Amino acid sequence: MKTFNYTIIDELGIHARPAGMLVKTAKDLDSEITLTKGDKTAGASKLMMIMGLGVKKGDTVVVTIDGGDEEKSYDVMKDFFESNL
Amino acid sequence: MKKYMGKGVYSAIAIGRISVFKKKDLAVKRMRCEDTETEKKRVENAKNLAKEQIGTLYEKALKEVGEANAQIFEIHMMMLDDEDYNESIDNIIDTQKVNAEYAVAVTADNFSEMFLAMDDAYMQARSADIKDISNRIIANLTGIKSEGNQLDDKVIICADDLAPSETVSLDKDKVLAFVTAHGSSNSHTAILARNMNIPAIIGVGDAFLDEIRDGQSAIVDGYAGEIYLEPDEETMQEFVLKQQNDEEHRKLLQNLKGKENVTLDGTKINIFANIGGVDNIGAVLANDAGGIGLFRSEFLYLENSDFPTEEQQFTAYRKVLESMAGKKVIIRTLDIGADKQADYFGLKKEENPALGMRAIRICLTRPEIFRTQLRALYRASVFGKLGIMFPMITSESEVRKVLEICNEVKSELKQEGIEYSENVELGIMIETPAAAIISDKLAPLVDFFSVGTNDLTQYTLACDRQNPDIENFVDTHHEAILRLIEMSAKNAHKNGAWIGICGELAADTTLTETFLKMGIDELSVSPSFVLKVRDVVRKIDINK
Repeated sequence: MKTFNYTIIDELGIHARPAGMLVKTAKDLDSEITLTKGDKTAGASKLMMIMGLGVKKGDTVVVTIDGGDEEKSYDVMKDFFESNL
Repeated sequence: MKKYMGKGVYSAIAIGRISVFKKKDLAVKRMRCEDTETEKKRVENAKNLAKEQIGTLYEKALKEVGEANAQIFEIHMMMLDDEDYNESIDNIIDTQKVNAEYAVAVTADNFSEMFLAMDDAYMQARSADIKDISNRIIANLTGIKSEGNQLDDKVIICADDLAPSETVSLDKDKVLAFVTAHGSSNSHTAILARNMNIPAIIGVGDAFLDEIRDGQSAIVDGYAGEIYLEPDEETMQEFVLKQQNDEEHRKLLQNLKGKENVTLDGTKINIFANIGGVDNIGAVLANDAGGIGLFRSEFLYLENSDFPTEEQQFTAYRKVLESMAGKKVIIRTLDIGADKQADYFGLKKEENPALGMRAIRICLTRPEIFRTQLRALYRASVFGKLGIMFPMITSESEVRKVLEICNEVKSELKQEGIEYSENVELGIMIETPAAAIISDKLAPLVDFFSVGTNDLTQYTLACDRQNPDIENFVDTHHEAILRLIEMSAKNAHKNGAWIGICGELAADTTLTETFLKMGIDELSVSPSFVLKVRDVVRKIDINK
């Protein structure tokens, strides 16, 4: 299992558009990916749950990658957050 | 003639006949179904059909309102594929042995409630998206034709509320205007109407819906947010004229929207807008202003019967920052006093109110009022690109005192663990001769100057703004005023600050060239002047 923390710099936070992109990206990976904000956790392939986290600019989320090609999934997710959020 | 009021979300005028938009009747009945597999299969088919329909809408929206706005339909597609949403539907069918329609309706309610409960206006508005996709599935399940409402003529569409998909699916060439009884200005429908350049009014209320019939004549005034039902001759004439003027302005807009504010020789200038309330943001965006150069915060005080709370102010500032999506927003701290009075301030009657207790003088005398406003501003600063501007400055010590209070407010927020942006620009109004004359001393202390020409004129020429009898003595182009502006511009630039003009003179196009030559960096004007000034700027060659 691998994890990283990411603090959102996008003005709008994880709104519908990046949430949709995140779901697409996560579904293409063979690892189980989850996002945690505070005491709430959502699977990265679940659009409404992710939007339901209400992640805003300045919030820190913990991204957890479990199973499958963790090395690759980690890089893809890290790159996704850095370039989109 | 009857008149109804709502909120205009796209400023334009439409004159025509009413067509009442009939919602499909989607009243869903709960029915017991033992054959759960068939019900689940029905949902699957209805969903696949929905995806095809949304795909078509996406293509239509792409052409009509652009990619950024069409994206909502991509999100709708993904929502249809959402695991939890689908599991919930299947689960309800399985455990309760009910019909597909009912399972979808209950799921829709649950998920839209989840979004409504969030503390974020953007997320709350997403509940409408859930309803939209769910109603589409239900319509497909019941076999009700979903894209109904065939329009023959150009009409004013009146509805209870419109979902984004309903808005886009209407034939744009046949819609003169949208009028809805409910809905919010943040809704996608409002945004889509704006992007389709269709006059729209929302929140007119149920009384209006009860009154209208197909074919009635009406005028939609998107500027004022008003609808005239069966207007009289006089009103009709007035609006025909308004519509013509509108058309001319719109041509200007089409030619100049998205174009740079650049002169023939390549000098660039920012053209921002002045506004006095959150309601004017639509006009700012519609006229393609590069930002807000003056947001008068007085409305918060004048519209209230007591001091507005930090939370009230925060909500308003946040809204304007969010709506401007990263474009610069300069908010002026309270400028009460002189001609703008609020009783609860308890200000004394003065012999000479223009020279009296007003603006920053109130703030420095009663810092608790000032701190509340600054806290709200700094808290809102994380939602966009904020500048704060202080009015009626006359001395260095005032500026130092103001900056000190700003720093105190920031460290207070830090201690409380409340976020604020470190990149808030701080500036002062140059509206007293004193400030202009010592601008060399003031410039190093701030990020920008903004020249308030109305007060600068009044104080420089010793002419009361409120006295119509001396109008002949008020020469707004007086050399003294222009020299003061030029002096301030030089001193600003020497010290790495920028300078804008936010008074009425900024929109005086006979001076635009003079201002460009002085090196003015920004002109902030009423939204409706933005393109006129841009038009003039693009024809100037300052080397000639």
